[in-house]
Amino acid sequence: MRQALWLTGLVAVLIVLDLIVPRLLNPYLLQVLMLCGINIILAVSLNLINGFTGQFSIGHAGFMALGAYGSAMFSLHVGRGWVAALERLGAPGPLAEAPALLAALLLGGLLAAVAGWLVGLPSLRLRGDYLAIVTLGFGEIIRVLILNIDAVGAARGLPGIPNWADFFWVGLWIAAVVLASRNLAHSTHGRALFAIRDDEVAAEALGVNTTAYKVLAFVIGSFFAGVAGGLFAHFLSYLNPNSFTFIKSIEVIAMVVLGGMGSISGSVLAAILLTLLPELLRPVKEYRMVIYSLMLIVLMITRPQGLLGTREISLAWLKRRRSGPAAGAA
Amino acid sequence: MTEFLQQLVNGVTWGSVYALIALGYTMVYGILRLINFAHGDVYMLGAFFAYYTARWMGAAGRNGDFSSAAIVLVAAMVGCGAVGFLIERFAYKPVRKSSRLSALITAIGVSLLLENGGILAFGADPKFFPQVIESRNIPLGGGVTISNQQVIILAVSVALMLALRWIVLYTRVGKAMRAVSHNHMAASLMGISVDRIITFTFVLGSMLAAAAGVLVALQNPKIDPLMGVMPGLKAFVAAVLGGIGNIPGAVLGGLVMGIAEVMVVGYLSPTYRDAIAFVLLILILLVRPAGILGRSTTEKV
Repeated sequence: MRQALWLTGLVAVLIVLDLIVPRLLNPYLLQVLMLCGINIILAVSLNLINGFTGQFSIGHAGFMALGAYGSAMFSLHVGRGWVAALERLGAPGPLAEAPALLAALLLGGLLAAVAGWLVGLPSLRLRGDYLAIVTLGFGEIIRVLILNIDAVGAARGLPGIPNWADFFWVGLWIAAVVLASRNLAHSTHGRALFAIRDDEVAAEALGVNTTAYKVLAFVIGSFFAGVAGGLFAHFLSYLNPNSFTFIKSIEVIAMVVLGGMGSISGSVLAAILLTLLPELLRPVKEYRMVIYSLMLIVLMITRPQGLLGTREISLAWLKRRRSGPAAGAA
Repeated sequence: MTEFLQQLVNGVTWGSVYALIALGYTMVYGILRLINFAHGDVYMLGAFFAYYTARWMGAAGRNGDFSSAAIVLVAAMVGCGAVGFLIERFAYKPVRKSSRLSALITAIGVSLLLENGGILAFGADPKFFPQVIESRNIPLGGGVTISNQQVIILAVSVALMLALRWIVLYTRVGKAMRAVSHNHMAASLMGISVDRIITFTFVLGSMLAAAAGVLVALQNPKIDPLMGVMPGLKAFVAAVLGGIGNIPGAVLGGLVMGIAEVMVVGYLSPTYRDAIAFVLLILILLVRPAGILGRSTTEKV
């Protein structure tokens, strides 16, 4: 009951914001805001794999690309028909687009999840660095495949994707990935994931099916990466394989590590910070990426546990902060 | 058949360059368990150092002058050795005690810094490496030819590999390197300065990468600040292929990678060139995760 109430409230707030925000911001700021949102989804989903479970995936861009291209192809070939049919029935624009977009995003997410399962199943028996290398290889293979498939535009890119994704949809999926991560963290399954992160051998000795749980984290993480890719496609209306290079995966990892491995709020915060930082550095053009990389190094040296460590910013935590450390300790 | 042999010659040449880069990856991994993502960019710096040295010497006009080519090579190796030293001292050493993931992110940061610093310092557009040695084809019989540049690439890389083998197996510092790669703690108890050995390993690896950069620039004279990204990744894959941490493995992995890549370009399609490396990688990890020459270890509890 309480959850249903929360959910309705959230949707209502998002709809109101969706009506107000685009009017307040110029197109550039709106785009930065949307990219922040998409990066939040990516970072929080990667946090499930890298932060919660301690596995090291550096192929997140590959899953994102699968979701992006999968959902874009669906919208171009099927989704547009649905919208046209609904509009003929008299549904207003955003309402007519909703089922098609939702289906496209779910399809993109599922595609990425299946890929995550396929990559995960054999390779998660590998530990640490080897897994990292396999995910890296997977991401690159996906990109090269896209470059070679003419039906999805190959190197020219894929233009003309309907831009249905707006502020509302990004907000909704941020809420979904954050809630899913939070609930997972507080469940039995979440404890199993943490146990794997802290000591895989000990977890296995205690009866945790480590392979199954690692695959689970991988599948959920890649599902949301696929959805983020779908949102990206339906927001920019244009896809290019160059958006999904190894560098993109690295950016997302930097967000997770900067926020603090395993901290959901940390990932959100770092995603916003690392999306804004290059934009803020735009006035110093050519020094932009040099400063960005220097800051990455300095942050890792001075604060290797990330901004928040494994802590979370939550209402309860804020209350404790306000009432002072003594009350917090009691 | 002739075409196949020709491709094989090209593949082995290209593979020996991968092998030189892979050696740096594998040595650093063997000692620090760190994937040094900046290694490919050190290779890029090698090509640029050589470019500026050659221009400064006016070597472009002195075709076939081996001594100037040798000076260019040595200058690039010394320059990159210094860069390797600086990277280790100021970026990796401070994070050595923290988690391996933060070390990895630092490595990625260094890589981005070198690439973007390179764009800033050298300019983003490609530069043309002066032709220090004029290209000439030498027939090998049966219609197969090898260019004199390829001969130089092969000769220099084999010489460097033998030198490395001698250092690692027959000198005191090599013995210390092997000891540190087995166990840091035990090595330092035996009076080995672990820090100094790590620094030495970085310098050595960077010098080999520099040599690879110069050799590639001899054959493909177009150099740019992002030229190290893909060869770096692929050389790393080559190191894993051979068994990471294993020095002969890196050479073997590099050769396999070079041959496979040239064959794919020759017989399949040049666009799949970048994918073959990773397909090979996934195959080897599924069949033999420790790599071709690597020994699989069971985890001790």
